Amino acid sequence: MAENKLNLLRVVVVGGSAGSLETVLALVTALPARMKDAIILVLHRKNDSESILGNLMSNKTALPVREVEDKDEIRPGVIYIAPPDYHLLIENEYTFSLDSSEKVHFSRPSIDVTFESVAEVFRERAIGVLLSGANADGASGLLKIKAAGGLTIVQDPLSAEVGYMPQQAVDLGAAVWVLNESALVSNLKELLSA
Amino acid sequence: MLHEEEIDHLTTVLYDLYGYDFNHYARASLKRRVSRLMTIDRIPSFAELLHKVKTQPSYLPQVVQGLTVNVTEMFRDPSVFKTIRELVLPVLATHPFIRIWHAGCSTGEEVYSMAILLEEANLLHRSLLYATDLNPFVIEHIRNGIFPMSQMKNYSENYIQSGGKKDFSSYYTAKYNWAKFDERLTARIIVSTHNLVSDRSFNEFQVIFCRNVLIYFDKELQDRVLTLFDESIDQLGFLVLGSKENIRFTSIAGNYTPFSIKDKIWRKTS
Repeated sequence: MAENKLNLLRVVVVGGSAGSLETVLALVTALPARMKDAIILVLHRKNDSESILGNLMSNKTALPVREVEDKDEIRPGVIYIAPPDYHLLIENEYTFSLDSSEKVHFSRPSIDVTFESVAEVFRERAIGVLLSGANADGASGLLKIKAAGGLTIVQDPLSAEVGYMPQQAVDLGAAVWVLNESALVSNLKELLSA
Repeated sequence: MLHEEEIDHLTTVLYDLYGYDFNHYARASLKRRVSRLMTIDRIPSFAELLHKVKTQPSYLPQVVQGLTVNVTEMFRDPSVFKTIRELVLPVLATHPFIRIWHAGCSTGEEVYSMAILLEEANLLHRSLLYATDLNPFVIEHIRNGIFPMSQMKNYSENYIQSGGKKDFSSYYTAKYNWAKFDERLTARIIVSTHNLVSDRSFNEFQVIFCRNVLIYFDKELQDRVLTLFDESIDQLGFLVLGSKENIRFTSIAGNYTPFSIKDKIWRKTS
């Protein structure tokens, strides 16, 4: 891939925990059939449900869906899923690194870990999205995306199935936009179709 | 936030003063490990970390411990061990003597898991398991065969999912919060420090395990380490990697055939 194309690549990184799956599926369903950007999904889930999640996504979109393997390149137009039981990090040369170190917020993958890494590498070309959850994961990482000049979108805690996780981000001042599910999906769809 | 140049500086100092080479570690996770070390040891600035590393050799073990990841468990990914039990052990049984290398095995939970499989296949008495890690402080655990009691319920479940039929607790003696594993297992395990970055091949093996170690290396170092393994695996021997690691796009790929794609087991065929 040409260097200049990579320099324009935007990354949408979506963090979700309890009660986020339906929103994630609605988002994936709404994505344009061709996309210049890459999507990274970091979802808290059980270790044994890996293929189920990938299959669920594949049924909703024509875009390629890939559960990340170590050192995969980040390519435009692909939906990446963080594998269970690993933290997902981004290297400067736009490849993924996996890390099976200690859990963060009782979670591996941790949303904070990936958000921070995306913020460092993609800066203002990062879009962070934090959805429903009962965990404090994601808020501080989302603040780093915002501080790096990226766009941050938080699901409205009142409309989320479990409002605790998005509320943490709102309280921390990490949200640029706070949107309910349908507004969140339609705004992202518009952003990614551009 | 740490800068690239700071990480470069630290890896240079660690190499020049102590011979530990972290230069080709995957940068994103190494950076995280350095920040984490500073948080845990309450070191307020990078300059202070560097000063401490340079002037206090006694701090080195903590640095090595902190920069490497020592998370492992018994029968991690049970289906891998089920496949080994059902499909790899029958092949190993045809050898008069079995040599297995667990490279970068940290505290050794995987080594004991494999020793249990060999014991149950009645192969342990003619097997040797080489357990190596770069960190001299974690491998002491392997020699002792002592693991936290709190993990045994989880390990027992993994063991059963791997096809284990016995009572898992028959393999250890519980004492307070610790489980001491049977001496018969420990007796077949050879423990040594070995640094995959700088040390050479030291024997030939029918199986090499190296699970969730390569993820911490950059592609260049991954290639070097895989070449080292290639030089150390017998013809028709097995290579077992972590669940998200792969030999595709590496220089050794052509010499191997997938044996179980889902379990990340390859067989050397040329």
